[in-house]
Amino acid sequence: MKTLTPVQKENLDGMVKMLGKALLWTALLTAVVFTVFPFLWSLLMATHDRTTMFSSGLNLALGDQLVANYHRLLDIMDFWVGMFNSFSVALLGTVTSLLFCSMCGYALAVFEFRGRKVLFGMMICSMMLPPILTLIPYYMVINAIGLSNTHLAVWLPFSINPFGIFLIRQYVVASVPKDLLEAAKLDGASAFRTYWSVVLPLLRPGLATLAIVQFVFLWNNFLQPLVVLTSSDKMVITQMLRSVQGVPNTPWGALMLGTFISILPLVLIYMAASKQMISGLTSGAVKN
Amino acid sequence: MTTTEMTDPTTAQENAQRDKSDRQRTFWHKTTPYWFMSPYIIIFGTFGIFPVLFMIYLSFHTWNPVAGLGTMEYVGLENYVLSLTDPTLWQTLWNTFLMALYSGVPQHLVALPLAYLLVQLGKRARHWLTTAYFLPYVTSTIAISMIFFVMFSKESGIINQALMGLANGSLTGWAFGWLNDVMPLGWVQENSLIRYSVSFVVFWKYVGFNIVIYTAGLATISDELYEAAIIDGANSWQRFTRIALPLLRPFIFFAVTLTIIGNMNLFDEPYVLTRGLQQASTNGMTISNYLYRVAWEWLDMGSAAAISWILFMVIGLFTGLYFWFFGRRGLGGE
Repeated sequence: MKTLTPVQKENLDGMVKMLGKALLWTALLTAVVFTVFPFLWSLLMATHDRTTMFSSGLNLALGDQLVANYHRLLDIMDFWVGMFNSFSVALLGTVTSLLFCSMCGYALAVFEFRGRKVLFGMMICSMMLPPILTLIPYYMVINAIGLSNTHLAVWLPFSINPFGIFLIRQYVVASVPKDLLEAAKLDGASAFRTYWSVVLPLLRPGLATLAIVQFVFLWNNFLQPLVVLTSSDKMVITQMLRSVQGVPNTPWGALMLGTFISILPLVLIYMAASKQMISGLTSGAVKN
Repeated sequence: MTTTEMTDPTTAQENAQRDKSDRQRTFWHKTTPYWFMSPYIIIFGTFGIFPVLFMIYLSFHTWNPVAGLGTMEYVGLENYVLSLTDPTLWQTLWNTFLMALYSGVPQHLVALPLAYLLVQLGKRARHWLTTAYFLPYVTSTIAISMIFFVMFSKESGIINQALMGLANGSLTGWAFGWLNDVMPLGWVQENSLIRYSVSFVVFWKYVGFNIVIYTAGLATISDELYEAAIIDGANSWQRFTRIALPLLRPFIFFAVTLTIIGNMNLFDEPYVLTRGLQQASTNGMTISNYLYRVAWEWLDMGSAAAISWILFMVIGLFTGLYFWFFGRRGLGGE
């Protein structure tokens, strides 16, 4: 084998490095295209109607049916009613869970009381319970206490999300100094006052994480609304989109438009705060 | 306090009042934690404990919810016997298992190397790419499944159109020409394909989540280790298999556990992709879908309760076996 001069060797090394870099970026960017394509494609389909969509051949041109599809969408479902219902379920559920989870997390972190270990153990166990297992009794309880076909039924059971309580407990332990609680006590503040004006403000980052987890979950939830919400004026958007899937001659363009709009709120929030959302949604999995 | 004061009636009254308010204060003081815990106790009792106990009770009865609670009848183990001898149950269990496998294994095989590539980049590039990969996890499974349902469409779906393009293209025809014989493929219509279609959607949705977990895991490995390996002459593949993978073990263990639990509960994706029950449901239906069908379409709550328990047992068994085989090694790093 011919030996290379140092300059040649350096050039070769550089080329290998460049090639490696090119391969690396090809792999990473292919994965991006692969991930983002379905979203773009649904938007593209939203501009087509059945005739242009079903024409043979690969068609990547924009259609002119966007406005018509919007009117078709409003014809086949009360789209904005569904969006509003999803929004109110997600908002009410999130706010309530912030209150409930922080109360419980605070109690578990600060007080020593009889039954604390039992409650804590129950929480951990309930995290492992498959949701489908409790679906039937959930449905019966809802019916028995007269909550069927109400939004309350969809968000109330999730307002005590054990993961959220656990998260807040960890936050209290880590970021609320014991001295501060003692000082508040000496100043004569009641436990509730201490919780409300001393602890809660310190928990803001933890509450933000919990809010993200809850809002995303409630907005995307399908199973519980499916069995509880029966009248079309109460249905959430995931349910509405799914319910027109079986309609004969489904106007797919209109449906793709509806689907795209329905994911838009979360995607917009995600664009603005992707870092917080990623760390929030993986906070159960990744230790910070 | 002197005895004369004690006998004074007004002071005694005051004392009694102070005692009462003291007692009240200690009552509030003692019960404070429970007041804070009350939302959990009430709501979890109603929607957590009661349901589980009731499920045990219900699984020994027959009950049609439309006819009211009075129609509940004790049948002993009949629901379990019926369910366990029901071929559809075993079929759906098998489907669930296969789809969990088809979607779960590639998830990690793709996420691990991608995460490894990601951490080689600068902070900015890594952030933007991660943001893109994580996007599907944020969007609803129903919306995603609807989009894929259209993409999988037999006559006009983009996937079939792209395959046709490959089969008839002048450059690619020689390699993909055989596709013409099988086209168009009914990705969501045919029993032989539905499992792959559902698994693909699940894979697509969760791969980004795993990438984030693995990037976080890789970030905990110090650069010095890699530098030492480079000095020892290890190439990048060796650095990946000898340093990154072993140190990632706890993260892999955790991520795989989440995948197993999540995949055994699969409901939304097959529910949409099999159009709720009409087509391709023999191979595409998961046990959760079947449970929904038994309970809400056949209104046989007792059998559904028994199926729930069987499902619970199966998930417990799988996670148990998994922990047994891999747990000690998986958690070894901690």
